Amino acid sequence: MSDHSHDLPFWKKYIFSVDHKMIGIQYTVTALVFLAIGFGMMLVMRYQLAYPNQPIPVIGQFLGEPIVAAVENPDTGETGYVLTGDGYNSFGAMHGTIMVFLAIVPLAVGGFGNFVLPLQCGAPDMAFPRLNMASYWTYLPGGILMMFGFFVKGGAANSGWTSYPPLATIATTGQTIWLLGMVILITSSLLGSVNFIVTVVQLRAKGLSFFRLPFFAWAQLVTAFLLLLAFPPLEAAGVLQLMDRVAGTSFFDPGGLIVSGVEQNTAGGGSPLLWQHLFWFLAHPEVYVLILPGLGIISEVIANNTRKPLWGYKSLVYSAIFLGFMSFIVWAHHMFMTGMGTTLSTFFQATTMIISVPSVIILTCLIISLWGASIRFTVPMLFALAFLPMFGIGGLTGLPLGLTASDIHLHDTYYVIGHFHYVVAPGTIFAMFAGIYYWFPKATGRKMNEWLGRIHFAGSFVFINAVFMPFFFMGMASVLRRQFDQTETLHGAAVQGLSVMSTWGAFGLAAFQLPFVFNFFWSIFAGERVGANPWHATTLEWSAPSPPPHGNFLSEPVVACGPYEYSVPGEAEDYTMQSPPPATA
Amino acid sequence: MSAAATEIPYDMEPHPLTRMYNGKFGIWLFLASEIMLFGALFSSYVLLRVGAPEGTWPIIGAPTVLGHEILNVPLAALNTVILISSSVTMLMSWYYLKENKFSRGQFFLLMTVLLSCGFLVVKYFEYNSKLHHYLVEFDAPLVVDGEQVSYSRTYPTAEGERTVHYLHGHITETVKDEDGYVEYYKFAADARKPDHGHAHDDGADHGDSHAGAHPEIELRPSDYRRMSNWGPAGSTFTGIYFTLTGLHGLHIVGGVVVMVYFLLTGGSMWKKLPDKYANRIECTGLYWHFVDLVWIFLFPVLYLL
Repeated sequence: MSDHSHDLPFWKKYIFSVDHKMIGIQYTVTALVFLAIGFGMMLVMRYQLAYPNQPIPVIGQFLGEPIVAAVENPDTGETGYVLTGDGYNSFGAMHGTIMVFLAIVPLAVGGFGNFVLPLQCGAPDMAFPRLNMASYWTYLPGGILMMFGFFVKGGAANSGWTSYPPLATIATTGQTIWLLGMVILITSSLLGSVNFIVTVVQLRAKGLSFFRLPFFAWAQLVTAFLLLLAFPPLEAAGVLQLMDRVAGTSFFDPGGLIVSGVEQNTAGGGSPLLWQHLFWFLAHPEVYVLILPGLGIISEVIANNTRKPLWGYKSLVYSAIFLGFMSFIVWAHHMFMTGMGTTLSTFFQATTMIISVPSVIILTCLIISLWGASIRFTVPMLFALAFLPMFGIGGLTGLPLGLTASDIHLHDTYYVIGHFHYVVAPGTIFAMFAGIYYWFPKATGRKMNEWLGRIHFAGSFVFINAVFMPFFFMGMASVLRRQFDQTETLHGAAVQGLSVMSTWGAFGLAAFQLPFVFNFFWSIFAGERVGANPWHATTLEWSAPSPPPHGNFLSEPVVACGPYEYSVPGEAEDYTMQSPPPATA
Repeated sequence: MSAAATEIPYDMEPHPLTRMYNGKFGIWLFLASEIMLFGALFSSYVLLRVGAPEGTWPIIGAPTVLGHEILNVPLAALNTVILISSSVTMLMSWYYLKENKFSRGQFFLLMTVLLSCGFLVVKYFEYNSKLHHYLVEFDAPLVVDGEQVSYSRTYPTAEGERTVHYLHGHITETVKDEDGYVEYYKFAADARKPDHGHAHDDGADHGDSHAGAHPEIELRPSDYRRMSNWGPAGSTFTGIYFTLTGLHGLHIVGGVVVMVYFLLTGGSMWKKLPDKYANRIECTGLYWHFVDLVWIFLFPVLYLL
């Protein structure tokens, strides 16, 4: 990093920093670590699924009780460590929790939002810099508390990331830790979202009207509103479940529950469905929290690498707003099978079909943006181009789940897993990779290595499909999700080959992340030095030096045009910056 | 721009679009989030109440059916007055700061803190009485000295009718054996309220003969099916009562912490940036009025309806 800093001591500059860029980098790095942890859990689970009850090679011995159990091989006399059912449940619940709440959202919102958003608004920092620091320093302890669940009796939360009662109410102590961790993470996200909204609304630079904001800023704005308004009901649900577990209430317990032959002596009178309603009231908007920042990144990368304006910028913006609004009234399509009644199901089926329209508009606009362009196949663009069909698969496979009739067959099968992983993994995570390669020069002043990036992309693209494509076929063969060993059922055993394929896909995917990890660290110190605007981009963040100093801009940016003025006829360059930097920069 | 460039625009002056400075806009957004939090809990209240089996709301076997008959309405009314007064003093504090009268502003801030502490003290007495009131459920009528002391109520469930035998009262003494386990409780049963005339009370209870009497009974753990105070575990009603008022109480405590901080440190900030200090009190006030408003909803919903 260059020596743009002033005389801040180390701990103020890198640890308790109030600079949005440093906080963004802290979020990014922490979230990438959690991403790796969640991915590692998935590898262990996939090994068990492909080779049921076989000892976990290499790392099995380090996992410990109750995740693994020692078994002796009768032939060789060697001790192996097999994943237990409880361990599988813990890993399953924590994989989901870590990926959604500790990895993707902090990466997409905390990382990219924090780093890029104030720059794109032409602001010197977030509206509330100290609140911003508090947001990170609430997120990190929340994440550590979540992981601490593995060290209490009975292991971490093991009732799925959805924590449905009554299972979650009677689960081991790990569930209480999960709920406490959740409340802390919700607080962190609340602090962040207030900050984001105020920043976009109040701190836009001179001349930067709302419709001159880049689509990424719009996506972050809508996301912040979703986080602000959708998370509190989950907090309420978390408080209620905590009361059920700790104070003996029975909000989610109709009474008469018998656990291991013993009747639970509660007052009864509650409703397990209440939890599902409160949970999905968060968790459906959460889906759009996961995908909208990704769409924002992809839009930036596509506009930059097609060298022409985004097709249908206003359609994109209105679609994102409509998407945000609609996402609050589709939640019960996760609950078609709960017997909530056909009237409600029909309503939620209709809203679910409606919400697919703006998603399709966004994807269509991005695809049409490619039309007639002379595309630069940079690494971020490769990820962006792969994102489009992958997100398309993820989105379109959601339609049969939103229709009550076909959902009866597909509900709770691997098909569901395939659907949402296509949206989040080759969708959002590819967008995150695109974003990292795209804004890395802004953060460090150096470019990531192009060829290592291409290897990373090609391998990831092939293997991520090998991981998730089999899920659709397994799901259609009725293999249930959350199953410890599908070979114990006839229909599961029949498609076990697909499960093996998925597992090897996952190992291949893991191998192809190594070039990325190496490239990331190596490029910080030895990447090719670049100037303030290596991609010849137009938006405001490229008007600041790389890396931007504290306070961001050398002179106050004044915006004269829209965000995607590429290839304007008559201009000397094929890009017109929203606010050209001072000539000395 | 130099290091001073990190000064944030619209930190003090209102933005032309929203006509609010950053902090005020932020606190409104925060309150929107709070509305979703309490809204979800109020919705849960509605769902639990609508879904409660007949005769179990607010509490199984209570000789009353309405929330206000197991809660203390006069105390809650007193608390409502206290809280509304505290909103007024909060506003006065901001008003005098805007008038440039610092010590008067601080005085009214102190009044707000004292009133909120008064609210919490009243709440303590309310909670305490609930936590010491016990409901005991029996599988069969409880007979002491040849006389049936328990009451009963029959209500429909999904599996057919269910009759609950119950007793309300206080534990006066807990007698333990040498191993530390409870041997029996000395239990003072409540007097039956003379005439509530509940249609669901069947003829089997003969509460009127007990009116005014406080029979003391020895209850062994094997005698009853379930014993619970009117704390959170008592019923879904007492559960949501404690959750909602407890969360509201935490908001009061949070507000008090912030106000005490301003009472202690306000002087130095006032000397440097008087307008900024007034703005902070304004934001605190917005939060405080919201907390007040939540109570204005809690009071009728829990105590009166």
